[in-house]
Amino acid sequence: MATAAQSVSIFGMIAGLIGVMALVAVNALFLIWMERKVSAHMQLRPGPMEVGWHGAIQTIADALKLLGKELITPRDVDKPVYLAAPIVIFLPVLVSFLVIPFSQNLIIRDMNVGVLLILSFAALTVLAILMAGWASNNKYAVFGAIRSVAQNVAYEIPLLITLMSVILMVGSFRLTDIVAAQSRIWFVFLQPIAFILYIICATAETNRAPFDLPEAESELVAGFHTEYSGMRFALFFLAEYTNMFIVAALATIFFLGGWRGPFLPGIVWFLIKVYAIIFLIMWFRWTFPRVRFDQLITLSWKILIPLALANLIVTAFVLKLV
Amino acid sequence: MLERGLEEKFYVLNLGPQHPSTHGVLRVELQMEGEFIVKADPDIGYGHRGHEHMAENRSYLQFLPNLGRVDYLHALAYNQCYCMAVEKLLELKVPERAEFIRVITCELNRIASHLLWIGAYLLDLGAFTPFLYCFDDRENILDLLDRVTGSRLTYCYYRFGGVPRDVDDDFLAGCKAFAKRLRSRYRDYENLVNKNVIFLERTKGIGIISQEQCVKYGLTGPMVRGSGIPYDIRKCEPYSAYPLFDFEIPVGTTGDIYDRYMVRYREMEQSLRIIEQAVDKIPSGPIMAEKVPKRIKPAPGEVYTAVEAARGEFGIYLVSQGDTNPYRLKLRVPSFGNLSILPEIAVDTLVADLVAILGSIDVVVPEIDR
Repeated sequence: MATAAQSVSIFGMIAGLIGVMALVAVNALFLIWMERKVSAHMQLRPGPMEVGWHGAIQTIADALKLLGKELITPRDVDKPVYLAAPIVIFLPVLVSFLVIPFSQNLIIRDMNVGVLLILSFAALTVLAILMAGWASNNKYAVFGAIRSVAQNVAYEIPLLITLMSVILMVGSFRLTDIVAAQSRIWFVFLQPIAFILYIICATAETNRAPFDLPEAESELVAGFHTEYSGMRFALFFLAEYTNMFIVAALATIFFLGGWRGPFLPGIVWFLIKVYAIIFLIMWFRWTFPRVRFDQLITLSWKILIPLALANLIVTAFVLKLV
Repeated sequence: MLERGLEEKFYVLNLGPQHPSTHGVLRVELQMEGEFIVKADPDIGYGHRGHEHMAENRSYLQFLPNLGRVDYLHALAYNQCYCMAVEKLLELKVPERAEFIRVITCELNRIASHLLWIGAYLLDLGAFTPFLYCFDDRENILDLLDRVTGSRLTYCYYRFGGVPRDVDDDFLAGCKAFAKRLRSRYRDYENLVNKNVIFLERTKGIGIISQEQCVKYGLTGPMVRGSGIPYDIRKCEPYSAYPLFDFEIPVGTTGDIYDRYMVRYREMEQSLRIIEQAVDKIPSGPIMAEKVPKRIKPAPGEVYTAVEAARGEFGIYLVSQGDTNPYRLKLRVPSFGNLSILPEIAVDTLVADLVAILGSIDVVVPEIDR
C-alpha cells in the first residue's frame, strides 16, 4: 500500500482493495462472534462453544450455511430494485475504507477531504435500505425503510456538527491531520460532549439498539430485510457490521488519537480502540430497551442537534479567543 | 379490507397471527393512518381445540390433564380450580397438608408465570437481556416443580381430594433457597429495568385503563389491580389455605402499563412471602382425603369455583347430571376478558405502543381460544 504520497500505483490499489475485502470479511466474522460472546456474558450464559475454541469458528460455519441457503424472491417484489439493494448497501461501505488511516503509513489514499468522503458515502446506506424496504412490497418492510430514512436524516445532522467542532480545531478534513493534531492530548478530553453526542449518533446511524427501529423485531418482525434470505440477508448483515467498524474507526480517529499509543505498533492500537468502541455499542444493545420512534426523533431534533450546535459555537468562540 | 373511496387514507396492517409479539396465534387487524392506529380488532380462534366439549366426552379425571394445556403458564391454578369444583360436587374435605402443598406449588407457578411475562414483555420493548435473566430464575422453579409433579410445563399434579405425592424436606428447603435467591435478584431487576430511563419512557402514561373501564369489560387480575382496584380472589373469596397467610395485594394508581408491570413485579414478592410462611407452617398428616370414590360420579348439581390465576380470575362452571362425565363444563378464562379492552385502549397509539399494550395484558392465546 502507498504511503501518504498522492500517486498510487495500480498494484497498490488492487492490493488495497483485496486488503479491504479481507478486512471486511474478517471483521464481520469477528464481530458476529464478539457480539454473541459479549451478549452471552452479559446474559449469564455460555454462548457458542461447540465449533472451535470457545466457538471461534462458529461464524464461519454460519456463513457457510447462509451461502448454501436458497435465495427466495417473493413473487410481487419490484425485482430490479429488490436485487440491487443488498449490493447498493455494500458499496459505500467499501469506499469508506479508502481513506481510513489504520496507522502512520497504512492508508490507501490520504485525501484532503477524507471526512467528507466517508460521511457522504455513509449517507448512501439509507438509500439501499429504502430500496430494500420499498421493493419488498411488504408493509412491515416499508415501515422499516421509512423509519430508517427519518432516523438517518435526523442523526446525520448532529453527527456532522459534532465532527465539525473537532475539524474546526484541526483546520483540516484530512484524517491523518486530525490524528496528528492529537499528538499531545486526545480530543476526547477537549471535546467530551462532542464525543458523547458522537457515540449516540453513531449508534443511531448504524441502526443499533436502542435505536434499531428499522428492523425492530418485536414491532416490525425484521423491518426492511424481512423478505431477504440467504446471502442477500447476509450482505445486509455484513454491511451493518462493517458500518459499525467505520463509525468506531471515525471515533478513534477524531477523539481517541487514532493509531497513537506506546510500545505496540500503530495498527494494533488502532484496532484496540476501534473494538473498544464497538464493545461499548454492543453494551448498549444488551442493556437498553428499544425507544419508541417519536421519542427517537424527539431526542435528535430537540436535544442532540441543539447540544451539538451549542458545542460547535462554544468551540468556535474558544478558538477565536485563544 | 376497507371499501374503496370511503376511508382511503387508512390502510390495514395485519399484526399476526404469526408475529413475534402476539405471544401465540393471535391476529390483530389494525387500521392505520401512518404509524397511528385508528382501529384495532383482535381476531381469535386460530388455536381453538374445543376443551369444553372434550370435558363432556371424558370422565372427570380424564379431563384433568387438559387444564394444564389451557393456560400452560399457570397450569396449577387451573388444576386447583377444577379440583375444587369436583371436590365441591363430591363434598370432599381436602386435608390441610395437601392444601399447604397446593398453595406452595401454585404460588411457585405464579412466580414462574410472572417471570416469564416480565422477560417476554421486555423483549416486546426490545430489551433482550432481562428475558434471559428471568428465564434463569424461572428455571429454578421448573426444577423444583419438576421434582414433585414430574413435568416442567403442563403440570397435572392435584387430584380430587388432595395431591397424589407428598413433598419432601429437600423440596421445602429448595423453596426457601429459591425465595432467598429471587429476593437477591430483585436488585438486578431494579437497576436493569425499573430505573431504566427508556423503560420508563416506554411504559408511563401509555395504555391507561380507568376503573370504570375495568368494571365495564370485566377485567381481572393485574389488569384491575394496576388501575387501583384491590380485587384478588385469594383475599375476596378465600379458598384453599390462603386465609392462613399474611400477604398484601399490590395495586397501581394510574392504570398505565407501568402500573401493571409493577403490580406483577410486587406480586412476586407477595408470593414469596406466602411460600415462606407455608413452608414454615406446613403441618404433617395425610395428603389425600379419606373415602375418595374409585369411580367419580357426583350427584346431580351445579357448581362454580374461581381461583386467582396469574392473569386474573379463572372460573369453572360445572354441571353434573350424576354421570361419570360432566354434563357441561364452562371455563371462565381471564385473558379473554382482559383482551377485550384492547380495541378501546389501542386507538390513537403507535404500533410500538400497541405491542407494549398487548404485552401488558399478558395474553395466553390457547387460554382464549381453548
